[in-house]
Formats: sequence, structure tokens, C-alpha cells
Amino acid sequence: MTTSTDILVIGGGIAGQAVCEALRERDPELTVTMVCEEPRLPFDRVSLSHLLVDGKDPEALQLRPETWYADQRVATIVGDPIAELDPDAGTARLASGAEVRFGRAVLCTGSEPLMPPLPGIDLPGVIPFRGPEDCQTIRREAARGTEVAVIGGGLLGLEAAYGVASQGASVTVVHLMDRLMERQLDDPAAELLEPALRELGVTVLLERQTRLILGPDRARGLRFADGEQLACGLVVVAIGIRSRTDLARSAGLACERGIVVDDTMTTSHPRVLAVGECAQHRGMVYGIVAPIHEQAQVAAETLVVLDAAGPDMVVEHGELLRDDGDAATSATAVATAGRTLYEGSILSAKLKVMGVDLVSIGDADTSGAPVTADGGHATSAAVHDRESGIYRKLVVRDGTLVGAILMGDTRGHELLLDGVKNAREVADPLELLAEASQASPADLPDSAQICNCNGVCKGEIVRAIVDNDLGSTQEVVSTTRAGAGCGSCKPTVTELLRVVRGGQVEEATYLCPCRKQTREDLAAVAREQGCESVSELSAACGAGRDCGACKPGLAYLISEVNSNQHREERHARFINDRVHGNIQKDGTFSVVPRMRGGVTTPAELRRIADVAEKFEVPCVKVTGGQRIDLLGIKKEDLPAVWEALDMPSGYAYAKSVRTVKTCVGQEFCRFGLGESMKAGIELEELIEGLYTPHKVKLAVSGCPRNCAESLIKDIGIVAIEGGWECYVGGGGAGTIKKGELLAKVETKDDVLRLAVIFLQYYRENGEYLERTMPFVERVGLETIQAAVLDEESGEPAALLERFRIAKAACDPDPWKERRAPLHPKQFAELDSEAAPIGPPEGGEVEAERAAATATALRHPALAVTHVSGRSAEESPDA
Amino acid sequence: MHDTLSRTAVPETADATGPELLEAGFRLVGAASDVPMLEGRRATVDGQRVAVFRLPAGFAAIDAHCPHRAGPLYDGLVADGCVTCPLHNWRIDLASGRVAGQEQVVGVHEVIERAGQLYVRLGASACDRGGDCDHAGEPAAGAA
Ligand SMILES: Cc1cc2nc3c(=O)[nH]c(=O)nc-3n(C[C@H](O)[C@H](O)[C@H](O)COP(=O)(O)OP(=O)(O)OC[C@H]3O[C@@H](n4cnc5c(N)ncnc54)[C@H](O)[C@@H]3O)c2cc1C
Ligand code: FES
Repeated sequence: MTTSTDILVIGGGIAGQAVCEALRERDPELTVTMVCEEPRLPFDRVSLSHLLVDGKDPEALQLRPETWYADQRVATIVGDPIAELDPDAGTARLASGAEVRFGRAVLCTGSEPLMPPLPGIDLPGVIPFRGPEDCQTIRREAARGTEVAVIGGGLLGLEAAYGVASQGASVTVVHLMDRLMERQLDDPAAELLEPALRELGVTVLLERQTRLILGPDRARGLRFADGEQLACGLVVVAIGIRSRTDLARSAGLACERGIVVDDTMTTSHPRVLAVGECAQHRGMVYGIVAPIHEQAQVAAETLVVLDAAGPDMVVEHGELLRDDGDAATSATAVATAGRTLYEGSILSAKLKVMGVDLVSIGDADTSGAPVTADGGHATSAAVHDRESGIYRKLVVRDGTLVGAILMGDTRGHELLLDGVKNAREVADPLELLAEASQASPADLPDSAQICNCNGVCKGEIVRAIVDNDLGSTQEVVSTTRAGAGCGSCKPTVTELLRVVRGGQVEEATYLCPCRKQTREDLAAVAREQGCESVSELSAACGAGRDCGACKPGLAYLISEVNSNQHREERHARFINDRVHGNIQKDGTFSVVPRMRGGVTTPAELRRIADVAEKFEVPCVKVTGGQRIDLLGIKKEDLPAVWEALDMPSGYAYAKSVRTVKTCVGQEFCRFGLGESMKAGIELEELIEGLYTPHKVKLAVSGCPRNCAESLIKDIGIVAIEGGWECYVGGGGAGTIKKGELLAKVETKDDVLRLAVIFLQYYRENGEYLERTMPFVERVGLETIQAAVLDEESGEPAALLERFRIAKAACDPDPWKERRAPLHPKQFAELDSEAAPIGPPEGGEVEAERAAATATALRHPALAVTHVSGRSAEESPDA
Repeated sequence: MHDTLSRTAVPETADATGPELLEAGFRLVGAASDVPMLEGRRATVDGQRVAVFRLPAGFAAIDAHCPHRAGPLYDGLVADGCVTCPLHNWRIDLASGRVAGQEQVVGVHEVIERAGQLYVRLGASACDRGGDCDHAGEPAAGAA
């Protein structure tokens, strides 16, 4: 079988994709075929480092969706490499045997990891870090707690090690040289990097030459030249790459370290070009992405010019000739005639390790020697603050900027990269350093490259924002692809957006603003990595470590994602949730016992009165939610107060379900249409103890006179003639708003069920600290109704089921901790003791809790009445 | 990247035993195990109240009360290097005592864990540095 194509792209990496895109930007007509050896369409290899940390599906890294290839008419052959190439004949043979005839070919075969010829290198448990499969192996082993050794202390090795450490596994980087990243960093920068990595849990061994990998059945350790050994269960080799030149060599193309190309990206055969990590240009083989985009632009230009020169050109003696034998034109001659040439790229590297900011640009003068080989005089100026881990250095050679290292503070790196590219003249390096720290993206020239992964410069971003009227960072990222790679330029993209839009940016609300992570981002990390505690989530992605203010939000997220079967960590909770009382301005606490529906008994009132006297409670107050508040209790007295009250916690201190306010209703009221007290008490039992994104206040009114103020509650229920109404998203605090009518239903059990389903929907979809009022406004009543009312979809039943699971695992009365404190000093300081609370009740605590939960869960309102298809329900009452 | 340990590892006391620490002006404030990870507890040292925190990298101690309205800093939320006051969210760096975005500084004290016990030596108090000294060393309830 033979197919034909004008342009054959060999290799579907970032380079192959970039060539296809650059070609299509210039020419919609040429037929293009891309052949991919890997069993997948091109993906973003750079982001494998992130994949290692966040565990996302590798499919998320695919550079373009399948539809793109159809739309752009780029034919793809996947999982079948080119085995033979005959440039003269213009044919290529796939491994499967099929033949492709081509006009011109572009080699984008990339590179392979360098595996040193050490004894044991072929053992199972020795892998490179290059593809999604490697990521999976590393993650799997790290999750098992396998000790990992990474050979190579360059960029890639450090990112691999960080990935392992972020999952809490032990990892050691073994490096041959006496400092990390020796090609990008000088001594002072490397010295700062080491402790920063150590803090992330990475052990670093310098000047260790690995002699062999210990076996025998699989990798069990390393032995170094000095005889020392390191035990480990997985060896990740990241010492470098080697261009894949085999195909080019056997096709007779000139190859050295890479496939040799000229300034038009043409190889020694005019019919064949090469781009990416397989190409060697002016003696350089690049191992980073930015040059690929520059090369791809030039290659596409060359191809288009050649095509314009005549469709039926043939090759003879390395020259392109027209079919008729006329007008010989070499590829170089064509392209030199006023067309773009590639003149090499400036190297720049950014470490993708959360919490370690590091950029190295160009010639960073890593030797520290004042005079270079070519005699050029290098001066460098640096700002060095060991304590805060900041090091910023500029390298100036013969009066022009040639490189920089920014560690700990990378502000202005775009400006400096641009300066290096344009050989900016520098009279006073310190002055430029100062300018760089002040530089805002607004000051950058349009040509300054913002996204090095995808080669997007400021001008393109600004144009995209203006032309397409983009309003959010997300839109800019998906339109321009700036920030879609390693993501480190996203803050700059946001800043540009702000500048262009005059401050008007519609941003996602960040749950962790320090790390710019949204609830969705974090929930995805938590789900995919199975984080069961805030610490695990912090370790996985850094959230909550900088200022810690978001930890209560993370704690809620973790509890919600795990249906309350998470590992509770009190350090992530606000003080109120550590001691189960509301902190007051003088550091004392208030105590509000549960009083369901605002209904109490003489015995309870008597106990409350006794407690108030015995503990000399400064203030006893009836709350807005129809309960009684004891104010001014010292932390140390809390356990004794609870013991004496012998009532459960009212959760009046938490972002949680608070209380259900009721009017007297049908039982006593002459206007009553429904039993509001009874319904309110039942509702409170159903939902008490559940944490929510923000506090949830409820009410049940027995008739439309609405004495319990149901219309301004988060969830308000009103009995009407022949049924019940359920309102949501009302508010009577800062902003007053009547709730939206979610639905009218017939029976009390129906309305309680609806309230519970809505509550669960809010628990799952509300932003932390978003009350139901803004939540309902943001999401829209119709969307909510569709989710909680459309029984056909199965979603209400599913919400109810998730509610039941979460409720079953929640704690209906944390005040029981008075007898089973989580920590000896849970309610005391180093210099104080909690007041004693009498003889222990013995193992009743757990039994009581279980009983309370079980009772609540047997409620008819929780029976899943509408089971659509799947999960047949095992409700106790059904 | 604050290395809280380096502050506590003062040369004279690096290998000192408990009695030697007391000799050097430290006071025993309690058991290290009574301060859970990333939480704080109040302690009294020579009549002054301090807040002691357990961080991933060791212990830290600062004045017990917030320079704003004397909030109990030991009840604050603790991140890797700072505490957020529970009353109005002022954020205080545990290594320097500096309040984020404010002029004020709270006193920073030395704390050493030795054989499971915590020893604290008072540093220069907020008063000595001319800060707002109204609440320095007072218990929360008394200051309101
Ligand atoms: C974990 C990791 C992190 C990185 N991080 C960064 C970073 O932060 N910044 C940065 O700039 N760079 C980074 N890099 C480097 C960057 O990913 C590479 O420079 C880039 O992916 C190279 O692209 P390429 O298309 O030239 O080569 P490759 O990605 O190797 O693609 C070549 C493709 O061609 C295929 N192929 C080979 N021979 C044939 C054949 N005969 N027929 C068909 N197909 C063939 C191969 O299977 C492969 O799919 C990172 C690399 C890794 C592994
Ligand atoms: S008292 Fe600390 S922030 Fe107000």
C-alpha cells in the first residue's frame, strides 16, 4: 500500500507538532502527513514533570485534540515508525511495510535518554524519565514507599526527585559533579538550591560516581566508585539525552551528535529537513522546547518557499532542479533570498519544582572564571541574600548582557531573556538588576518571549486579548497556548491581561491564593492522588504551606472529597473547630448547645441555668437561631461545661449546618398548615454535624405568614395549603434577599429530602466561604433545579447517596472529645490544665455516636425513592 | 525558607544539658509532646506569656499576644513559617516577629527541645524595641 503526501513529518513530538502548525499557518493547501512512533498523538513532554506530581491522566497532556488533525487536514499515522527513508526517491517505508511517497520530509525524531553502560543498567527497576510510562512507574513505586535513587542532578533529575518527594517517598539524587545543575548554575546559586531541595525532602549526594547497579533480580541499590553503597528499589536515570539519528544516518544524511542542518533547517539532502532535539545546528543540539518553535517556523518557511519555487522539483547532486532540468536552485539559495533564517537560540531553563524559583538564562558564567576561552571579559554582578535564599546574577561580556541566574526571586526574567537575545548593552549591571526586579510585563517589548514552552511572545498575547476580547487567564492560555506548557508563565499572562484590560480580569477564585490554585484544581489533585489529609494535599501541590490561611478551606475540601472518611488534622482547622467553641474578642469562647428546632425542655433549661451559675458565665443570651448562648467561657473550662450541660454541640462555631429555626405550626397555631416544629427537628437531625462551604442556616415555617423567617434562610421551608415549599439562597444578614423557590412538593418527607439533596449539591459545588445566596446566583437556579429535581437523570438519587455516606461518617457531637481528647492539651496550654470532669463514662462515647447517626439515617426522607437504573438502593426503610 | 532551627541552635547551648540550659537563662516550659504539629500553646516564662509553636523544622516561640488587639497567637493557624491571629488575621512571621504589612513587631524568643522538654529563653521584648508594648506579656482575658 502506498500513500502520497507533499510533506512528511517524521516523529510526533513537540517538534513534529510545531512543524505541522507552522506549516498550516502559512499554507492551507499542502498535504501533510505526520508519522508517530509512539502509540499516541503528540503530547506535552515538558509537563510530564507535573504529571509526576499531580498524577493527572497522561491524556490531559495531548497537545491538540483529535479533531484538530481532521480540521487542519493533517493525516496521522500512529504507533508505526518510519523504518526506511530514501530521500532521492522521495519514499519512506513504515515498520508495518506500507510505503509513503513524499515531496519533502522533516525529521523530528527527537532524542532518547542516555543510559550509561553500567553493570546492572538493564535490570528491572532501572528506568529513564522520558515518557508517560516512566511517570507511572515512578508514581507507583513512590506510592508504595520504595526508596528511589535518581542518577543525575540536572534539571530533569531534580524534577524527577521532586515528583517522588512530593508523594512522601524517600529519594536521593546522585550527582557526579560537585554542584547541582552545573551547566546552568554557578556555585552560589547551586549552594542555595541544595538546602531548598532538602527542605522538600530530597537528599542530595554530590561527587558520587555510580559504578554499578546492585541486583541480582532487580535494582536493589547503587555502588559508587569509592565503594560506598546506597540501597534503593528504583533507579531513575536522568543524565542526558542522545539525538535519534539512526534513520537519518542510514538515509545517508550527514550526522554528528545530531542531524546536521543549515540555517534553513535543511539537512545535507535538500529534500529533507530536521527540527527539534534530533537536529544539530551550528554545532548545537538543543534539549529544550523554546528553540523547537523557532526552528519549526524557519523550517515551515523553507518548505513553503520551496513549494512556491515549483511543485515538481527533483533532486540531483544535492541540488534542487526543476523537472525540465532548468534553473537549479539550492534550498539554501531559495531561503536566503530574503527569507527567515535560523541563527540559533538562547538557552534558558526554569526549574519546575514548586517552591523553588529558579531561572538560568544564556551564558550564566558558571565557571566563575573572570576571563573566558575566547578572551572576552565577563563581569558579573549579583545580589545575594543567603538568609532569604535569593541570588540574582547578571553576566556581561564586553559591555553586553549575555546571561543571568535568578534564584529565589525570578522577577524580571522575561526582560533579561529579551536583553540577552538582543545583546542589550549594559553599563551598570546592578542598575539593570534593579530595573528587572521592578519590571512589570507592561514594560516588556512586544518581542519578549513570555511562554518559553510554546514560544509565545508578549505581542501575540496582547493581540489575542484585544482581537478576541479575552477576559480570563484561562481563555488567554487556551487561545495563545502561553502557559499551557510548564505553566510557570501564567502569573505573567494574568498580569498582561490586567494591563491590557485596565485591571478588568475575571479570575477564578483561588482556594489557595498563594499558589493560585482553585477549588477544582485542588479537588482534582486530591481525587487523583487519593489525598486523605490536608498534609498530603500540601505535600502534593504546595497549597496551604505559605500563609496557611487557606487550610480550613483545604480541610473542608479534603473532608468533602473523602465523604468525611478523611484523616482529620486539627492544625488545618480554625481554633473554633479545634476546641468546638466560638472564639470571642478576649480569647474566651462561647458555648451553644444543640436545641433542635428551638425546642427545649425544663430539665435542659435547668441544667443550663446551673452551669451558668456554677461557672460564673458572664453572659447568657438567646441567639438569633432560637438557642441559648453561654458567653465568656475559658478554653480550660470547656470540657467541664459540656459535661455539666450534657447536651450535644450546636456547631454554632463552625462553617457547618447550624440550626433549624421553627415557628410553632399546626400543633398549636390556629393558622398552622404544617407541623413546622416536628419537621424542623427532623431536618436538624438529618443534617446536623455536617461541615459546609460556609454556615448554613435553616428554618421551617408552618404557614405562609412565615414566622420562622424561612424566606431569608439558606434553606427555608414553608408549609402551604396541600404541600410544602422549599426556598434556597435567601439571606437576612449583610445583604437581604428572598430565597429562590426551588420547588413545591406534597409531603413533609418530600420536602426534607429535597432540602437534603440541595444541601449536598451545595456541599459539593460551593466555593469555600461562599454562602448559598451568592452560590445560587453564581450557579443559577435552573442549573440547580436540573441537578436536584430531575429524577430521570439519577443525579438526585446519587446526591442523596453521597449525602448518606458523608453523614454516616460525620461527628454529630464533637463535645464528646471532653472525655476522649485528641491530645492531652487539646483544651489547655502549657501553663494551664483543663478543669477535671469527673469519673469517665467508659467506652460509651463511640457507641452513643454510632447510635445517633444510625437513628438519623433511618429517616424516611433519606429513602432513595427514585432509583434510576444503576445503584439499587439498600435504604433501611425501603 | 526560614530555618527556625538555626536560630535555636546557638553555639553555647548546642550540646547543653537541661540543667546547663537553665543555667544559661532558659526556663523549662513543658513537654514537647504537648505541642502538636503546626499548633501553638501558651507558656509562661519569668512571668511573661509566650506562644510556642511546633513547625516541621522545629519549635518557635514569640510573644503570646497579637500587637493588634491582643489576640491569642497560640490559637492561630500555623503555616510553615508564620502564624495567623485568630481574631482579625494579622500574619506574623515566626522567625523575625514581623507583622505582614504592618510596622509592628512581636518579640521572638529562643526555644530548645532537650530530652523531650521545651526550654525557652526570652529574647528582647517588644517593649525593649520600642514597639507597642501595651499588651506585652499580659494574658488575653486581662488585655481586652
Ligand atoms: C520530564 C521532562 C521535562 C522536561 N521539561 C522541560 C522544560 O521544563 N523546558 C524545556 O524547554 N524542555 C523540557 N524538556 C525537554 C523537552 O520535552 C524536549 O526538548 C522536547 O519534548 C523535544 O521534542 P522533540 O519533538 O524534538 O523530541 P521527542 O519528544 O523525542 O519526539 C520525537 C518523537 O519522534 C518519534 N520518532 C522517533 N523516530 C521515529 C521514526 N523513525 N518514525 C516515527 N516517529 C519517530 C519518537 O517516538 C517521539 O515520539 C523536558 C523533557 C522531559 C522528558
Ligand atoms: S488581635 Fe490579632 S489581628 Fe486583631
